Amino acid sequence: MTRKNVWVAGLAMPVMIALLLLAGSPSVTAADQPAAANTEVKIDNFSFGPQTVTVPVGATVTWTNRDDIPHTVVSTDGVFKSKVRDTDETFSFTFTKAGTYPYFCSVHPKMTGKVVVQ
Amino acid sequence: MADKKQDLIDQQLQGFNDDGVDRRGFLKCMAWAGTGLVWTMSGGIPVSRAFAKGYGKDAGKAGDFSFVQISDSHIGFNKPANPDVTATLQTAINKINAMSHKPDFIIHTGDLSQLSKPSEFDTLDQALKGASAKQIYFVPGEHDMLSDNGEQYLERYGKGTKGTGWYSFDHKGVHFVGLVNVANLKAGGMGSLGHEQLEWLEGDLKGRSASTPIVLFAHIPLWTIYPDWGWGTDDSEQALSYVKRFGSVTVLNGHIHQIMQKVEGKVSFHTAMSTAFPQPAPGKAPSAGPMKVPADQLQQVLGITDVNYVVSGRSLAVVDSPLGDSGSSASGNGDGSSGS
Repeated sequence: MTRKNVWVAGLAMPVMIALLLLAGSPSVTAADQPAAANTEVKIDNFSFGPQTVTVPVGATVTWTNRDDIPHTVVSTDGVFKSKVRDTDETFSFTFTKAGTYPYFCSVHPKMTGKVVVQ
Repeated sequence: MADKKQDLIDQQLQGFNDDGVDRRGFLKCMAWAGTGLVWTMSGGIPVSRAFAKGYGKDAGKAGDFSFVQISDSHIGFNKPANPDVTATLQTAINKINAMSHKPDFIIHTGDLSQLSKPSEFDTLDQALKGASAKQIYFVPGEHDMLSDNGEQYLERYGKGTKGTGWYSFDHKGVHFVGLVNVANLKAGGMGSLGHEQLEWLEGDLKGRSASTPIVLFAHIPLWTIYPDWGWGTDDSEQALSYVKRFGSVTVLNGHIHQIMQKVEGKVSFHTAMSTAFPQPAPGKAPSAGPMKVPADQLQQVLGITDVNYVVSGRSLAVVDSPLGDSGSSASGNGDGSSGS
């Protein structure tokens, strides 16, 4: 399994990916992916946007909280679970298996979203 | 003007009661946008009046008491809606300390902190130490259980409680129940009490005399105010079915950072203002996020709730006061009622 659950804050991610690429780490799939495979989801006004994202296997999805209120990103099926993310903090998860991954904010459970991995 | 409106509300409520509130399951929903209203539940007959008149003439008898509800302090919040939530909490405490009738205790209905950080809880504790009432009862808000399933909350504020922090106590003949509806929330849902807590509540109320005044308090409203924003509790109906037989039930909640009230049979529901920042009226903004108001108006939309129990009337009176209100007057923006 190459599933990766990486905590990144702001600018740390490009740096981290660059370092990993330089190191040629076999556990990282970033080198195999086109940049477009990595997808951003914004948390704004108590909602995930876009609410459904479709990505290829191996893609990393990054959520950014743009609200003044903390949120979480929690897989309904227990596949991934972020810590609480305050304003401008991010959470990333790399999807290594095809499937549909519903998720929600465990603080405001009316907020729901879905990642479809093909 | 304000008096006229209050008289109208009095008449309306009296009318509903004459009409057989319980059997018809009549539901009346009202919201007061401002301040200065006494809510009295007297033998199941709801009566409201501007609080400048009426309240106080029976005060002082043995067994009478009052307590204060504060809510949603969000210590650690530092965004434009209120860059100094510690200062506004302090103002709320000063207001409590300046009351002419000393409250027996304080109830905090949750969201003590913004991010469940130890330093935030420390700041809250430090501020509350300065309150004249030394006994403080808590229930958690969702912000108090963010990172550790509420372990820290329980350690600090929930010693001796059941489950995720629920409990009950008696004070001078009134039975108080603190409930937790912010734990183990399910995707797509609202607040939740859960089976174990409901079972406990049923047992806790069983065998109590129907004449015992009951006060339920929890963070998220125990009545459905606005489902789109999660302003309600999925299984609150079940909880409320256990209190139906009691003659006087008062439900105190926070979470929505504004005053809303409803009377349903012998149950009166009430939500409190925040001590930190206001939130928009249901559906009046893209989301329920913090609402920025001009700095000089902030203290009009934050506040505390004073609840008075008068033995002679077997009643509870609820008075909301904004932080910026220096006296107990019904003036100001007592904008009357609006149906909801």
